[in-house]
Amino acid sequence: MDDGLGPAFASRMECLNITGLSIESDYQLVVEHALEISKFETAIFADASLNSPPPFTFEEIIKTPSGKFNGHSLAPEEVLHFAKTMFSAKTRGFLLGIRGYEFNGFGEKLSDEAEKNLNEAVAFLEKAFKSPNGPV
Amino acid sequence: MSKTKVIVIDPVTRVEGHGKVTIHLDDENKVTEARLHIVEFRGFERFIHGRPYWEVPVIVQRLCGICPVSHHLAASKAMDIIVGARNISPTAEKLRRLMHYGQIMQSHVLHFFHLCSPDLLFGFDSPAESRNIFGVVEKMPELAVQGVMMRKFGQEIIQATAGKKIHGTGAVPGGVNKNLSISERDHFLKDIAKMKAWALSALALAQKYTLDNIKAVQAFATFNSSHLSLVRDDGALDLYHGNLRAIDAGGNIIFDQADYRDYSKYIMEEVKPWSYMKFPFIKSRGHLDGWYRVGPLARLNACGFIDTPEAGKALQEFKAITNGAPNHMTLAYHWARMVEVLHCVENIEKLLNDPDLQGKDLVVKGARAEGGVGVIEAPRGTLFHHYKVDENDLVTFCNLIVSTTNNNEAMNRAVKKVAQDHISGQKKITEGMLNHVEVAVRAYDPCLSCATHAIGKMPLLVEMYGPDGELLDSRGQYL
Repeated sequence: MDDGLGPAFASRMECLNITGLSIESDYQLVVEHALEISKFETAIFADASLNSPPPFTFEEIIKTPSGKFNGHSLAPEEVLHFAKTMFSAKTRGFLLGIRGYEFNGFGEKLSDEAEKNLNEAVAFLEKAFKSPNGPV
Repeated sequence: MSKTKVIVIDPVTRVEGHGKVTIHLDDENKVTEARLHIVEFRGFERFIHGRPYWEVPVIVQRLCGICPVSHHLAASKAMDIIVGARNISPTAEKLRRLMHYGQIMQSHVLHFFHLCSPDLLFGFDSPAESRNIFGVVEKMPELAVQGVMMRKFGQEIIQATAGKKIHGTGAVPGGVNKNLSISERDHFLKDIAKMKAWALSALALAQKYTLDNIKAVQAFATFNSSHLSLVRDDGALDLYHGNLRAIDAGGNIIFDQADYRDYSKYIMEEVKPWSYMKFPFIKSRGHLDGWYRVGPLARLNACGFIDTPEAGKALQEFKAITNGAPNHMTLAYHWARMVEVLHCVENIEKLLNDPDLQGKDLVVKGARAEGGVGVIEAPRGTLFHHYKVDENDLVTFCNLIVSTTNNNEAMNRAVKKVAQDHISGQKKITEGMLNHVEVAVRAYDPCLSCATHAIGKMPLLVEMYGPDGELLDSRGQYL
């Protein structure tokens, strides 16, 4: 269902074969992602959103990490923080939240509304990546 | 009649899954009871019913995002039996072993460098604001980076053998679906010396911490217990395959070389009303005395030797501090874990140089069976998967005893011991005191998600209640 918006977005973007764009689709964010994103000027963290305004939100990550890393998975701002502190990265981070609606059911298909939002998010990023100024 | 107060730690932090600790105090603040509660439930054993058996090694990985490879391999071993592959090909076994060593390495490394190191490096009572990975990155950046690089290496081994870092498909009933290419092999070989050096350095750090603080380590959450592990037929440590060995607190054999397919002859499971996690015990000893520990500490206690040179030497040094008797110190789990990391790195190097990894004999099959049991030594301990399938190839029965479940009683005892030693009788309960309780739980590196078959976020809550049942204090790092 709509919790698959993140992988679906990754898959759609991969098909566009945009020069300079590298896609990684993972179950959760972990510490070694800090190393991965440190090699890039820009990192976009994309996932389904439970309650953001449709069709999607796209904003720069400026939040400071809580400093309360408790387990194995990290928040995007924590990955960005570790990239900067451990690997001296200058990477800018952005959060793409694609609005989803159905999170409780089983199934591989996205809801129709989520599919529409996904299309808009992909079109937005495709246009941005192909613009002379890059994605951001 | 005296009344009871209860402290609750909820969520318990820097562990995987969601649990809470309750500590009951009497009117003099003496601890009367302390328990680790698991507060999630998913019922994985039930909803796997009706699925075709060949899907199981992939589906069961959804139990956990932390140790999916262990579930993948344990389920695959069970399915080997179902497809009649009592002996898979050497190439398949070696590729599975490579995957498994990569998994144990990355799991242990994450735990040591990023979850428990803040306690060991800064002290259990140090300020909570910096007693975390952010503090480690700030004060010991090289250590934090080593942790990331070693974990990455382990994850890439998994990706190369399983197809993906998480939720791969490399192991299939009867074998594996791909071998390791020469270019993949060379990619790992170029970094193996560095990994070994870092593993030795991490081992030295864990050993030094234990020896420098030996009195405190001996006193902290230490209690006698039995220990259970797979061992090879010659008694060597074997993380992928072997037979079951259980020893008592004095090191005497309870059972040895027990075929794990007959696990139910040796192990029973008890249910308690206050936890979703089961309490396994050794049948012959009964439910009161039959509990045991699993995982790195239990494995080093149960095995006779380690067959890789550096880890073999490290085991001898580990055993020397107890003169060869079982080590019952909860904090020694950290040292034992680093011995295993070194063992895994040594094994990875050995396997990478083995041409069987480029073999083409990937899958074998034989006479179909109605059920199968697969057991593996997962990072956190012995992991049992048991399935039965019908004539339509659909699963009709599933029983899982996951590593953390095996340690359930031990973790409860650790919580109680620390609560009695560090909280009992204190007028004021500090954050540092409550962190001691978490440190004890954390030493077991519990995966509460697996243990309860739930997707977890690893918080753990501590709550303290007073004589009238009132909530006196509550803490958790998510608060």
